Amino acid sequence: MSKTQGRPKLAVWKFASCDGCQLSLLDCEDELLQLADAVDIAYFMEASSEQVRGPYDLSLVEGSITTEADERRIREVREQSKALVTIGACATAGGIQALRNFADVQEFTAAVYAHPEYIATLKTSTPISTHVPVDFELQGCPINKKQLLEVISAFLHRRPPQVPPHSVCVECKLRGNVCVWVAHGTPCMGPVTHAGCGAICPAYSRGCYGCYGPKENPNTSSLCHWWQQELDADRATVVENLRNFNAAAPAFERESRRQEQRHGEE
Amino acid sequence: MQDFVLLAANLDRLIQALRAAGYQVMGPTLRDGAIVYDEIHAVGDLPQGWGDDQEKGRYRLKRRQDGAYFGYAAGPHSWKKFLQLPRRPVWQAQKTGHSMQITAAVETVPAMAFLGVRSCELHAIAAQDRVFVTDQYRNDSYSQRRAKLFTVAVNCTSAAATCFCTSMQTGPGVTLPCDLEMTEVIDGAEHFFLLRGGSADGEEILRQLPLSPATERHHRLAQDAVRRTAEQMAQGPRHFDSADLQALLYRNYDSPSWDQVADRCLSCANCTMACPTCFCSTVEDTTDLSGDHAERWERWDSCFTGDFSYISGGAVRADTRSRYRQWMTHKLATWYDQFGSSGCVGCGRCIAWCPVGIDITEEVQRIREAESG
Repeated sequence: MSKTQGRPKLAVWKFASCDGCQLSLLDCEDELLQLADAVDIAYFMEASSEQVRGPYDLSLVEGSITTEADERRIREVREQSKALVTIGACATAGGIQALRNFADVQEFTAAVYAHPEYIATLKTSTPISTHVPVDFELQGCPINKKQLLEVISAFLHRRPPQVPPHSVCVECKLRGNVCVWVAHGTPCMGPVTHAGCGAICPAYSRGCYGCYGPKENPNTSSLCHWWQQELDADRATVVENLRNFNAAAPAFERESRRQEQRHGEE
Repeated sequence: MQDFVLLAANLDRLIQALRAAGYQVMGPTLRDGAIVYDEIHAVGDLPQGWGDDQEKGRYRLKRRQDGAYFGYAAGPHSWKKFLQLPRRPVWQAQKTGHSMQITAAVETVPAMAFLGVRSCELHAIAAQDRVFVTDQYRNDSYSQRRAKLFTVAVNCTSAAATCFCTSMQTGPGVTLPCDLEMTEVIDGAEHFFLLRGGSADGEEILRQLPLSPATERHHRLAQDAVRRTAEQMAQGPRHFDSADLQALLYRNYDSPSWDQVADRCLSCANCTMACPTCFCSTVEDTTDLSGDHAERWERWDSCFTGDFSYISGGAVRADTRSRYRQWMTHKLATWYDQFGSSGCVGCGRCIAWCPVGIDITEEVQRIREAESG
């Protein structure tokens, strides 16, 4: 008991997700022992079946809300958590499963499952912030483990996390990458996408596909206009890029619906 | 001052002389479909025979018909990345018991030689000098790098469509001090550099090269090449009278053109990162998990981000309209009040590297037109 006294209690929760963001925490191999020294890992089913009861000082929440049971469970998690941080595209923007928001989920279940009647699911996949107040959202699919450690460190030492919400372009320029959009004519989501990955894709001469979700103040309509007018992207490509892992992020959702609507009018 | 001729076949001798003098030579090289600045070890690293086509939001490498070494225009990189580092540690702090030790980061500053600095780029370095060296808030990292710098300037003989140095009075001929000044001349089968020393260090390098005295013909060919570049820009669509820019912008804080450009602008910050004079940076303070170790890093920042103008209560410039207006008005007007010069050198990087092709010269024109109704 004395071992855990005084250390903040950390919990890691999973909702509809692939577990990749939780694994980022386990992937912090060099820092894992330091983390275990700094916090009491009280609830983390991916790592240990040992469960310490709440309340928790910091809850990391992975995954989106897709069932009625999870709608209730996230409220219970919130009640037990002093601070709640969402990790990843699912928890922050509904994830890839939010593609159902643009279609009929019953049609999907009928097509996929032999007995769709056993499937109890909501019509939409929604971010955690739709259901409970969230203290910080860490974007990315998956999240960057260094940013995760930064967020935990910031929480532990009561300072703002250094997770700049500017574009991926800034990261490209800091690395000295040649812009794939301007120099190669490759459609790239970088100018509207939240930094954090370190501009990995453009560093390997491919376009950003927006897995970190929208940056602050994104101008998606101007980006889509240039993609179509100057980079020869068709509308399907534009919509697909807005609807990867952050389809339900408001800026991307609005723009993808606008693009579809315009297509319908033409 | 005596000018000399260095045959192009001997260009490597210049690079090796600089290296032997202890300089890390930085210059143009081909990478990922562009001509970037990186370390140069030998003449083979230079983009010989390559040029570029540039337009709004577009850059493409192009094979030249000749073997020019400096036959390209300003590319994605500027020299600022070697002088004002994109990221650098400022200090670190260690807590032991009840005491805290703060240690300033100590840099090993290399002596660098920049090979192929255009006149607009010399003006850009001079603009950053006024910010980091001679202004009241001196930046030691920049100042130390700058103090050791050797510049090989090249009179510009190939402008891109995006260039407008003639409008900003910064080129294409070299007008600021440098250690060596050269002009690349290709006349039929003849390929040479007209060289001139600009400092004692420059003269010292010259003495090590196989040179011959320049004749009137060499001078004429060199001058013709630079004159043609100036004429090309003067006849181009981006040539304009910049004399009244400061007054124009001060009269037009409420121009409808700001709303129009905000519709297009991505606030992605590419223009400011590509700009050779944009100098803004932020500091990032972090701790490790234990809280015993803290660090401060300096990193390039941009007036196009929300964080840039964030103060208690929110961002002062929350929307794109105010961010673009801030950038352009600073660049072309308030820079004069602050540093006594324009913040724009006419290199055109912000035009080419804007993903959606926003053109600062076109925006000047729009403001003028909106004002005259």
